[in-house]
Amino acid sequence: MDIELIGRIWPFFAEAAWVTVKISILAIMLGLTLGFTAALASLSRNPVLRWPARSYVSLFRGTPALIQLFLLYFGGPQIGIHLEPFEAGVIGLGVNIGAYMCESIRGAIISVEKGQTEAGSCLGLAHHQVMSRIILPQAARMMVRPLGVNAIALIKGSAIVSTISVVELSYTAHRYISSTYKPFEMFILASVFYLAIVTIFSYGVKWVDRGVALE
Amino acid sequence: MGLDFTIIPEYLDLLIAGTWWTVALTVVSMAMSLIIGVVFAVMQLSRHRLVRWPVTFFAWLFMGTPLLLQLFLIYFGLVQIGLDLNAFVAGVIALSLHFAVYNSDIIRSAIIAIDDGQYEAARSLGLSQFQTMTRTIVPQAVANVTPALGNMMIALLKESSLVSVIGVMELTLSAQRAISDSFRSFEFYLAAAAIYYVVNLTLEQAVRITERRSARYR
Amino acid sequence: MTEPIVKIRGLKKNFGQLEVLKGIDMDIEPRQIFALIGASGSGKSTLLRTINQLEEVTEGEIWFDGELVNQKLPHRQRERHLNQLRQNIGMVFQHFNLFPHLTALENVTLAPVLLRRSSKAEAIEQAKILLDKVGLADRADYYPSRLSGGQKQRVAIARALAMTPKLMLFDEVTSALDPELVGEVNRVMKELAQEHMTMIIVTHDLRFAEDVSDHVVFMADGLVAEQGPPSQVFRAPQEERTKAFLQQVFED
Ligand SMILES: Nc1ncnc2c1ncn2[C@@H]1O[C@H](COP(=O)(O)OP(=O)(O)OP(=O)(O)O)[C@@H](O)[C@H]1O
Ligand SMILES: [Mg+2]
Repeated sequence: MDIELIGRIWPFFAEAAWVTVKISILAIMLGLTLGFTAALASLSRNPVLRWPARSYVSLFRGTPALIQLFLLYFGGPQIGIHLEPFEAGVIGLGVNIGAYMCESIRGAIISVEKGQTEAGSCLGLAHHQVMSRIILPQAARMMVRPLGVNAIALIKGSAIVSTISVVELSYTAHRYISSTYKPFEMFILASVFYLAIVTIFSYGVKWVDRGVALE
Repeated sequence: MGLDFTIIPEYLDLLIAGTWWTVALTVVSMAMSLIIGVVFAVMQLSRHRLVRWPVTFFAWLFMGTPLLLQLFLIYFGLVQIGLDLNAFVAGVIALSLHFAVYNSDIIRSAIIAIDDGQYEAARSLGLSQFQTMTRTIVPQAVANVTPALGNMMIALLKESSLVSVIGVMELTLSAQRAISDSFRSFEFYLAAAAIYYVVNLTLEQAVRITERRSARYR
Repeated sequence: MTEPIVKIRGLKKNFGQLEVLKGIDMDIEPRQIFALIGASGSGKSTLLRTINQLEEVTEGEIWFDGELVNQKLPHRQRERHLNQLRQNIGMVFQHFNLFPHLTALENVTLAPVLLRRSSKAEAIEQAKILLDKVGLADRADYYPSRLSGGQKQRVAIARALAMTPKLMLFDEVTSALDPELVGEVNRVMKELAQEHMTMIIVTHDLRFAEDVSDHVVFMADGLVAEQGPPSQVFRAPQEERTKAFLQQVFED
């Protein structure tokens, strides 16, 4: 193990880790927004809302994230979409994880007992009131964990943006492997950062989960 | 530059070959990740810490880091220690190890979930240890793990696109070859996406059917 | 004779191929206490749930307070019509269906506040009176998870009463309770009966039905097999099916 080399180049990895964090957070925010909207739309009784939402989920869960990213970044210019690698990374990852998050949110909403909806509508509450005041507050507690799983998958999955030359952790690892021929050292260095990010994030999810748990 | 999908048939052979490689990659990696997964699961259930710990550490490492990084490690690392494998083999190893970690978790909890009463009931009927395992325990465990393992295989199909970066000529790289020849990114990535989607749907259907078969008694 | 508050004519309900209600006619006068009895699967819950349209009707008419309940309306209007209707009909369920994320008090105030029946302060005031009425003034700030089954059910009754309904529907509200908790819930219903709240009570507890109701309907196979004052239906049933049912229940 080349400790001296690691000591020399770790700051580059730290900088790259920051890019991984930024791109992940932005993509998670985009994914949550899309996932939430799509979940509500897919549960609507109106087919004009339901159908596009379900198609979105099916198409984006049914194809590799890498292909979606390439289609956006390399194919985009052909249809007039010109994006910087970082922007394409955020959008590509966010739209992809949004489809998975939609399923997590939808699952949580569906898991709220039917009796809750009945009790709400028996009081004369309107559909949207039942949703916002009775179903969603209960579903929120059940979606934290699955959304956390989605988000952690995204952090690791964000490695694919290295293929469109976003200078994040995996890109940096690859570059130094090519220049130093030290794959083990570079793997360990990058892993330390990934594990740190994932671990901190997992604690964050657990903390939120405890916060929203029923008393 | 407008879109022109009429160019796709010219490269159809390339895409079809790529599709077969993707399917082969998925099937072989899934089979290997199952075998390794069982081994890991059994090791993790061992009473000896020295058997459990290496697996625990490995699982922690592989669950916390990206598949892409693991792919770099295995592809370049094996070269480093003098094993110059072809890309396909390196890809299979990386995918198998990555998914083995998840599969082993699934298998382990299925083994734990089968309650002792089943074992005792079978033995008290006079079934041998072997018969008990093959006729009562294993069928239940298989029914229990099928849905989760099926989902893993569906995930594996999509993740297998990553091995294009180390030069395995599967579907994604085939599309890239067609693009570097024709300069038609959008058309070929969309075509590749469509093929992945169809293969994915087929696999989902197969998983669903297997699931129903293996859990008929429920 | 006053106009009935609920008027049911030729009511039929199918679930797919299964005919559950096969033509029900029924009149409920204001201030009347209806007990609905019958074997499991005879369609009691379904009948109750069609009255506030938790189940849609296959055929026939239901009138509530002079208005046709199951009118064909465009989606939006129907939604508004139903919300209006349901504000006037309280329902209590077998499994309470309290909102677990809200305290007992909040369960009771939610609808009056959201539907702007009253200001928040008034709603809280009113809710406290109702909780006191069901004997739970000291549990106002408890979450449902910390209440016993009997307490939950009493909160559920208070919640329904908070909308000052003209009709209360009770669907086997004591069936999920431990025997020693049944009394406290029955007592609350009895009190409501004495205040002449119009009620339809589905129950397997025939002694309670006899005690509380002034009209008993015995259902069998999706039809009304016999009805009349409790003294008649319980003490001098006319129909063979009623006799058989009563005999079986009282034997257990
Ligand atoms: N949503 C539904 N879909 C299909 N069938 C249903 C549904 N709800 C009720 N049924 C069927 O309708 C019949 C009558 O059910 P209902 O719940 O009205 O009976 P009940 O008299 O309330 O019985 P219990 O005393 O057991 O509550 C039963 O055969 C039941 O299986
Ligand atoms: Mg019932």
